[in-house]
Amino acid sequence: MDTSEDILQQASPDLIRGSDTARAAKAARWSPSFISWLQAGPMMLVFLAFFLIPLVFVVIVSFWDYNEYQLLPAFSGRGYTDTFEGCIAQLPELCTIGRTYVMTLKLCFMVWAITLFIGFWVAYFLAFHVRSKTWQMGLSLLCTIPFWTSNVIRMIAWIPLLGRNGLVNSGLVKTGLINHPVEWLLFSEFSVVLALVHLFTFFMVVPIFNSMIRIDKSLIEAAYDAGATGFQTLVNVIIPLAKPGIVIGSIFVITIVMGDFITIGVMGGQQIAAAGKIIETRVNALQFPAAAANAVILLVITFLIITMMSRIVDIKKEL
Amino acid sequence: MTEGRPRSFYVLAIFFAAYVLFLYGPMIAIYVLSFQGPQGGLTFPMNGVSTFWIAKLFKGTGIVDLGAAFRRSLLLGIIVMIVTVVLSVAAGMAFRRKFRAQSILFYSAIASLIVPSIITSLGISLEFRIIDDLIKAHWNENFETSMGLLTSGLGAHLTWTLPFGLLIMFAIFNRFDPRLEEAARDLGATPWQTFRHVVLPIILPSVIGIGLFGFTLSWDELARSSQAIGAVNTLPLDLQGLTTTVTNPDIYALGTVISAVSFTVITLALGTIHVLNKRQAAKGSDAGQGLV
Repeated sequence: MDTSEDILQQASPDLIRGSDTARAAKAARWSPSFISWLQAGPMMLVFLAFFLIPLVFVVIVSFWDYNEYQLLPAFSGRGYTDTFEGCIAQLPELCTIGRTYVMTLKLCFMVWAITLFIGFWVAYFLAFHVRSKTWQMGLSLLCTIPFWTSNVIRMIAWIPLLGRNGLVNSGLVKTGLINHPVEWLLFSEFSVVLALVHLFTFFMVVPIFNSMIRIDKSLIEAAYDAGATGFQTLVNVIIPLAKPGIVIGSIFVITIVMGDFITIGVMGGQQIAAAGKIIETRVNALQFPAAAANAVILLVITFLIITMMSRIVDIKKEL
Repeated sequence: MTEGRPRSFYVLAIFFAAYVLFLYGPMIAIYVLSFQGPQGGLTFPMNGVSTFWIAKLFKGTGIVDLGAAFRRSLLLGIIVMIVTVVLSVAAGMAFRRKFRAQSILFYSAIASLIVPSIITSLGISLEFRIIDDLIKAHWNENFETSMGLLTSGLGAHLTWTLPFGLLIMFAIFNRFDPRLEEAARDLGATPWQTFRHVVLPIILPSVIGIGLFGFTLSWDELARSSQAIGAVNTLPLDLQGLTTTVTNPDIYALGTVISAVSFTVITLALGTIHVLNKRQAAKGSDAGQGLV
């Protein structure tokens, strides 16, 4: 490459200004790996300072002691023992932390199943039934825009609909289906699941759509030509090929719901215990080691789920 | 697939329409309700139509100091946007070559995206508490805190926006033709000139997309701010505080105002992307075709 520049330089010295050549030569002296470090370094530093080191601190602090006022940097298992207080004595009944995790997993499973169903068919419609690129773009954008607006607003948006005097209740009363307003619509497990589905189906639609759009249409044609029914094509061709998207979407939704404390707080009327809520409650009580211990437990469970799922598919290969 | 519209098309079209209604219906309900009359309540029916509640927010007589929180959120959003764009583009360029620590950076970004926000947030707050304690113990006893909007808060937001930025850069460079850069190099362009005059114009629409993500994700961010932001509140935090005590349509008015900013930013960004794409199609050479 240098030679071609040299030849060019000799042929017409004005073509490449001297300073530029000098700069080019100087830049060429920087090794490619140094340039890579220069380019990727800042992002790495941000993750180091605000993600990796904080995670290490969570683990360290989870083994510290505490009193009502402050952190005591001395080794202690109190964060964990406080968390599992009474768990063995209460057997075979579930203790508080046990019940909380069962509840979290139950919410997680319901939200996962519903978002997967909706996400799959929405993505299927966009990928296989919408034929023009413009429409595909437009409709995808339509699904994406709400994701860009505040989650709290999208949560409270359910209040005028589900509340005691909300649209749903008054509608049902007017049509005579029920005599008086039902209470379980808002600040209940129902409203929590509804809001979570409303907020996070997006995370299912996008990865599944991405996998589906890459499926070679001639494979589907071939399945039909070979005599497969629509259902057989779906099960034997489309679902296996969309699997990476399904797994990635599932990882997103499950990890979000596992750690959620805001939606569960607001939509559950601060009454439903969940893994994320415990951490928040402990922090508010300034019991940082206990909060950190719960964070570690949550982290381990989340990690186990992700490891299980990533055995099904190589995430890095799919991006 | 087969000719004509199969029956499944109509079934799924209705399903899709129902999903869109489910997405937008409730949001539209609160936008409408924020225009309640002064006597209006939290639910339908509307009790007159007015801008009373929105005006009340801007007068600052409501429950929140809207102005201050608004300016804080805006400032943080803009800084997050700029930092996200610069760092994502730079790291995206780095990923086009093999370099050591490549997979560490990649997995950090993915992990940052999927580790529950409350854990990241708690970690940052612990980190800053420990830093504060160290400063107090060794340098300055009267030191208050190093936590704040532009220290711990900014960091917390970046752990959320940078992974998105990086993933968008991957998507761009998957479709980028490196021969364009080789051509520029062969013509004697310096690496910087190649980037400035060849690469950047082609990827610009997507770079604006990264900025759009950066700003709106920060503007609406809540979970990561909750523990890490320090003493001050951003708008979403104020809004969340209101949800437990709310009795007036103030909260809907605030929701409408926040959404209006989000939608304005989205529209501006999409408009700019559209104009850039059109310009590229009209004025750019065929080299730019199909790349963006």
